[in-house]
Amino acid sequence: MYDALIVGGGNAAMCAAISARRGGASVLVLEAAPKFYRGGNTRHTRNMRCAHDSATETLTGPYTEAEFWTDLHQVTGGQTDEELAKHMIAESKEMLGWIVEQGVRFQPSLGGTLSLGRTNSFFLGGGRAMLNALYRTAESLGVEVLYDAEVVGADIRDGMFLAASVKHGSKIKRIRAKTLVAAAGGFEANIDWLKQYWGDPADNFLIRGTPYNRGTVLRILLDAGAHPVGDPTQCHAVAIDARAPKFDGGIITRLDCVVFGIVVNKHAQRFDDEGADFWPKRYAVWGRLVAAQPDQIAYIVFDKSASTLFMPSLFPAIEGQTIAELAAKLGLDTAALEQTVARFNAAVRPGTFDSTVLDDCRTEGLVPPKSHWARALATPPFYAYPVRPGITFTYLGTKVDKTARILMQDGKPSANMFAAGEIMAGNVLGKGYAAGIGMTIGSVFGRIAGREAAKRASN
Amino acid sequence: MQATETTSPALIEADRLMVVCNSCRYCEGICAVFPAMEMRRSFTAADLRYFANLCHGCGACYDDCQFSPPHEFNVNVPKVMAQVRAESYAHYAWPRAAAKVFEHNGLAVALTAALGVAAFVAGFVAWTDPSVLFGTHTGPGAFYRLMPHNAMVLLFGAAFSYALLALAMGLRNFWRDGKGAEAAAYAAAGHDAATLRYLDGGGAGCQDGDGAESDNRRLFHHLTLYGFLLCLASTTTATLYHYVLGREAPYPWYDVPVVLGTLGGLGLLVGPIGLMREKAKRDPATKATGLVGMETAFVAMLFLTSLSGLALLVLRETPAMGLLLAFHLGVVFALFLTLPYGKFVHGLYRYLALVRYAQERKSGP
Repeated sequence: MYDALIVGGGNAAMCAAISARRGGASVLVLEAAPKFYRGGNTRHTRNMRCAHDSATETLTGPYTEAEFWTDLHQVTGGQTDEELAKHMIAESKEMLGWIVEQGVRFQPSLGGTLSLGRTNSFFLGGGRAMLNALYRTAESLGVEVLYDAEVVGADIRDGMFLAASVKHGSKIKRIRAKTLVAAAGGFEANIDWLKQYWGDPADNFLIRGTPYNRGTVLRILLDAGAHPVGDPTQCHAVAIDARAPKFDGGIITRLDCVVFGIVVNKHAQRFDDEGADFWPKRYAVWGRLVAAQPDQIAYIVFDKSASTLFMPSLFPAIEGQTIAELAAKLGLDTAALEQTVARFNAAVRPGTFDSTVLDDCRTEGLVPPKSHWARALATPPFYAYPVRPGITFTYLGTKVDKTARILMQDGKPSANMFAAGEIMAGNVLGKGYAAGIGMTIGSVFGRIAGREAAKRASN
Repeated sequence: MQATETTSPALIEADRLMVVCNSCRYCEGICAVFPAMEMRRSFTAADLRYFANLCHGCGACYDDCQFSPPHEFNVNVPKVMAQVRAESYAHYAWPRAAAKVFEHNGLAVALTAALGVAAFVAGFVAWTDPSVLFGTHTGPGAFYRLMPHNAMVLLFGAAFSYALLALAMGLRNFWRDGKGAEAAAYAAAGHDAATLRYLDGGGAGCQDGDGAESDNRRLFHHLTLYGFLLCLASTTTATLYHYVLGREAPYPWYDVPVVLGTLGGLGLLVGPIGLMREKAKRDPATKATGLVGMETAFVAMLFLTSLSGLALLVLRETPAMGLLLAFHLGVVFALFLTLPYGKFVHGLYRYLALVRYAQERKSGP
């Protein structure tokens, strides 16, 4: 019998494992994925957002708790548990030092992400490097880790965890523990579950992380009476390159060029304002917009003048010397695309193009409008990227209190079950997203959950 | 890459990888390769050779990469860069015909060494009486009873001059792919090369199997490089002694050439063994295939040079001196001849790549 059973293998799970072990508990980590794919979405992350009162070696300036709270309140539109969120923000300050003590190394913000240089701490080598450091530390402390170990069931009575059923190889094992830390993420890779809310269009979704984020543990907890939190129908969806693999394409399939061109659907019609706001504030809107289009496909079209204004990505743009040639290559109706581009070009008002501000390049008399950075598509060659919704994570989770303890439907805290990371992110992140906040939720609540589980186990 | 460029499977793969890496950039804090890549949106064959020579093969990016095998994107930068790097040595080699030496480098170096030793033994026998070869010689000029000093100078001077010429021409070929640099860039690169700044996996030491990291490769490389430089200093001092002070070798154990040579020799014994051991420990997935010969030959030659030199020091007043001297001279002669066509060139190209990088940091590619 273990003191703490940690289910999951990402940032939240490993922070919980380390903190529980440091608190004196015997710890077993169950990771459903094979070793290479360990860590869920953490594999693909690159930074975390922590409050700090002054600049550091890798952060360019202070980011106070108050400012963090303002940002969180804004991105969630107020859909956040204020007490829990403020607690997390306060704890995030210590996180910067704590995570370094666990072997994780930081570096200044990456090229192309200068806007985050003050607020976000970047992991040297990215999320997998961070995971490697956490696993190395955990194992050196005596944490046991089992890979290819999916929890398929749990013995939970009146909110009290007794044992988990674990599929490992061809066998199902029963593992008992005094406490449970659920840190197994959301259900974004579970297409059938997504279909409950999205219907058949979910078949056309691409999943940005591994196929192992199936939400099995979340389902088990909710079925056992855990209080749900977060909109079950919602997910973080980005428009990514349609040629990306079904799973685990990660960051390199993202496209940052929407604001520099127009976006059309399979009928070669525009359907939203490409220049409504700065891209970091809009990229997570486009996944949902594309999901609402026929066959969940769209095309970002731009010309030579925009071709080097954005971060490069994995697949080359499709190229045509004329709009007609491009339409043919994309399989779009030539006349329709020509007409859409002509109508857009005619609506563009003269202005001074500046990608760093909300400039005055806009359309007039066009529906939908393009409010900023609108320039005629006139310089060949013309380019296009096909895009589909890329699902990053889901919002549904279990309700927790400040000690990361799972709250049951009757409002009472579970006797010995804790949750950390994406599986409870909905408590503080009801909707929207701010770069690096998923890792903050994971680290802060992971550390708390591990510490509290160790305390509970020793009582 | 442009469709018109001369290319190879390794270059094509390196080009594919740099497109992947340039879309990710998570590794940009690890070494100079990734920031150099980020200054470009597409890559010429010359760019890729430049990146390959910036890469120190520490392996950190492989452990850190979310897309390394078994992921379908199959990103393995250390391995592919090692292949491109090896090909680049042949590509820049002078004369062009000598490029082929790199293909079977281990064999070529071993043969040259064997022939070198055999030639010196045969030469000693032919030019002197066998009793001289197996006799005991002491005092100043002892070595020159086996081979006249002027003959030694002529032979080694010629071999060394040829090596210098071939190396210089190779460096010129490499440098022509870039745009030149200012003095500050040479100084910055000198610092980065002397400290092996990028052989540290971004701060925690080289990847060392199973995701663990250690800094031993840097230590052993320092022992090897600075051992080599001490030996060079020893030879230079001895030359000055001979011509300026008129003092003939062998010198007493406490004299400058012997002290420098002994210290350097020890470095060249421990360093190469350590480097080979560290190499054996590395994740096989990150090692290029088919390069074992080249990577072993040069370190083996350094080790043999040092071993025979130190043996000569210890046994120089015994009848073994004659054969040991022949062995030592044969190995050193072969070392000189093969310098431009083996692993030795990595240091020179890597230094110039670092110079180019320092310049690009300032003024762009």
